[in-house]
Amino acid sequence: MSWWGQPTIDDEESLRYPPAHVQSRRPSGIRLSQNKPALEVTDLKTVFDTQDGVVHAVNGVSFTLNEGEFLGVVGESGSGKSVTMMSLLKLIPMPPGRIDSGTVFFGGQDLLTLELDELRKVRGGQIGFIFQDPMTSLNPVLTVGRQITESLELHTDQTRREADAAAEDLLKLVGIPDAGQRLKSYPHELSGGMRQRVMIAIALACSPKVIIADEPTTALDVTIQAQIIEIVKELRERTGTAVIWITHDLGVVAGLADRVLVMYGGQIVEEARVRDLYARPAHPYTQGLLKSLPRLDQKGAELQSIEGQPLSLYAPPTSCSFAPRCKFAFDRCSEEAPVLEEIAPDHKVACWWNTETEEPRHAS
Amino acid sequence: MLPDSAATTTAATAKGEVQPGQVLLSVQGLKKHFPIMKGVFRRQVGSVRAVDGVSFDIYRGETLGLVGESGSGKSTVGRVMLQLTPATEGTVTFDGHELTSLPASEVRELRPRMQMVFQDPHASLNPRMTVASIIGEPLKEHLSLSRSDRDLRIEELLSVVGLDPTHANRYPHEFSGGQRQRIGVARAIALNPDFIVCDEPIAALDVSIQAQVVNLLLKLQKDLDLTYLFISHDLSMVRHIADRVAVMYLGNIVELASVDDLFESPKHPYTQALRSAVPVPDPVVEASRVRVILEGDMPSPANPPSGCPFNTRCPIAEPRCSEEEPEWREITGGHWVACHFAE
Ligand SMILES: Nc1ncnc2c1ncn2[C@@H]1O[C@H](COP(=O)(O)OP(=O)(O)OP(=O)(O)O)[C@@H](O)[C@H]1O
Ligand SMILES: Nc1ncnc2c1ncn2[C@@H]1O[C@H](COP(=O)(O)OP(=O)(O)O)[C@@H](O)[C@H]1O
Ligand code: SF4
Ligand code: SF4
Ligand SMILES: [Mg+2]
Ligand SMILES: [Mg+2]
Repeated sequence: MSWWGQPTIDDEESLRYPPAHVQSRRPSGIRLSQNKPALEVTDLKTVFDTQDGVVHAVNGVSFTLNEGEFLGVVGESGSGKSVTMMSLLKLIPMPPGRIDSGTVFFGGQDLLTLELDELRKVRGGQIGFIFQDPMTSLNPVLTVGRQITESLELHTDQTRREADAAAEDLLKLVGIPDAGQRLKSYPHELSGGMRQRVMIAIALACSPKVIIADEPTTALDVTIQAQIIEIVKELRERTGTAVIWITHDLGVVAGLADRVLVMYGGQIVEEARVRDLYARPAHPYTQGLLKSLPRLDQKGAELQSIEGQPLSLYAPPTSCSFAPRCKFAFDRCSEEAPVLEEIAPDHKVACWWNTETEEPRHAS
Repeated sequence: MLPDSAATTTAATAKGEVQPGQVLLSVQGLKKHFPIMKGVFRRQVGSVRAVDGVSFDIYRGETLGLVGESGSGKSTVGRVMLQLTPATEGTVTFDGHELTSLPASEVRELRPRMQMVFQDPHASLNPRMTVASIIGEPLKEHLSLSRSDRDLRIEELLSVVGLDPTHANRYPHEFSGGQRQRIGVARAIALNPDFIVCDEPIAALDVSIQAQVVNLLLKLQKDLDLTYLFISHDLSMVRHIADRVAVMYLGNIVELASVDDLFESPKHPYTQALRSAVPVPDPVVEASRVRVILEGDMPSPANPPSGCPFNTRCPIAEPRCSEEEPEWREITGGHWVACHFAE
């Protein structure tokens, strides 16, 4: 038996990826837009006490991840993407980190109120994590196989032998050749792409409801990135796992996500279904980002850069954090921080200016 | 702007229209092998064939993009071209001077004309030097300017790259990544070079800042009549900035063509896979794309396969491919490829 109770994959089959008889665990046709929340985050605030002062990394973030949904999270470095997602499972170092407010509802309970031993069961069990640099999150002195079986033994009631067989199946599933042999390898013996596939195998081991992937392909070459993305797409189709995929690559998000959150200065500044976001970006930052990107499929015009620098986060926002770089900024932007509000079905933006009608969104 | 450099004559031609003819740099049969040493006696047990026989020309005023995956040898090509590391075999001819056989002193005399901008704006600037001394260093070494002329030149350079000249006495850590990259560009153009190797100059920058630096490089190219080798793994940006593109794989250039030819009708199976792997920031386009997914990884350059370097991953490889190395040939005007079956 394999890790989800299907017959074990025989070798010839596994040469083909993905194995043909691996069945979807959910009936087809109920994908997406069923909008049953898997994870509900409300007003999350995380700060770091540093020598230079308090860093306000996450400033009141609220969002919902639906079951089976693929949620992309984009934003430049330092915008709070990683700290937001790590805070959900209290994976930030505390101290210096501190979660000042917020609730994270998952399976009927607020994760932020759980004791550490209960949280540990959720981490790597119902919620899997994939990090940017697999070297820092894989244990260098344990074989790949042992790292997978350890997780299975911790989170399921499989015996050691069942776990061993499941580990091999998992490596096959993520497209690692010679899976049986590779179980005995140590992380440093693998290439970057292989290590990232091992991370995915570990994240998948306990059939999580949610996988959070933090820039999982940023360090990889594009041909290897394409391999990983294909695997994740397939797996999601088959298992119905919801995925949060953090990246700064708007190309990757375009092909993968159902919905996208755009972060800037520790806040969500725009939230939309993927096609709406690219066709009708409403926030000046999102608009600027899309105009600053070259495209491989088109001979482009001049790139329009966003002038100015990303901001530092030493004060909680009392104005729009994008105002110093925004060409639409007006009085209100420096007086009051905009709040995320719905401007169309499933489309939210935090901006005082309506760039379409070219007037303020509200009379102030 | 830069008075002494504004004197340069021919303006760079518009993108994609560089006239073949005026070759500024010519690379022929270039190899760079690094020895692998082992044991107490440091015996050589093999070599890393980082660059394994590449030939190409760079025309005056153009940008040649050099793409390929990590470890394929891009930076090594750039470093050998500037003689920052000696070639193992082959020649590099810069404006009539064959560099690999020149004595070091004569290479040094040519140095002001060939410069480099590095990937990592943190590592490539000395943290204990002020911006003024970082930019002033090449001026001091190669020109005999008075102190006040040098300061003037530094201020001028800072404003050319879009930095505040009054910040000349600040240290690198006081600048953002994008600003640090501008400092690196200012240093590279300080001596009015003809040729600059830009080695992943935007890879460490945020998306919103990348366009700033790329636009600066394009503007300087026009104003100062510069020729670039633009090394990058960002194919979309190369499509935007380059006139011609060379694709490297495992120490070899496998295809070279004008930017439109290369991306619109790639001939080499590796270029085809590479193009298909790059995501496009458009959900509608992405939804209908069919990808060529390559299997496995690039082999180690310490142990390359026989025959065609791509044969271990090539979707259309045949027995011949592991026996016979494909010839580097021009299949249509200016479109070069190394594959037995390309046509
Ligand atoms: N000084 C050195 N000694 C030994 N091997 C080296 C040295 N410099 C480079 N190499 C090897 O040569 C090969 C080509 O390296 P190079 O840095 O040119 O690749 P690259 O294409 O620039 O990669 P990246 O995209 O990662 O910058 C690699 O296998 C690298 O490990
Ligand atoms: N351990 C830490 N100590 C202090 N500041 C931190 C720490 N981790 C993150 N930060 C700060 O929090 C902010 C958000 O960081 P992060 O979530 O990692 O950004 P992103 O993932 O979007 O690049 C940044 O300003 C960062 O410097
Ligand atoms: S709130 Fe004002 S400053 Fe902020 S993005 Fe909107 S228009 Fe620009
Ligand atoms: S020569 Fe053979 S292996 Fe090499 S690219 Fe062409 S078909 Fe593929
Ligand atoms: Mg991060
Ligand atoms: Mg390099």
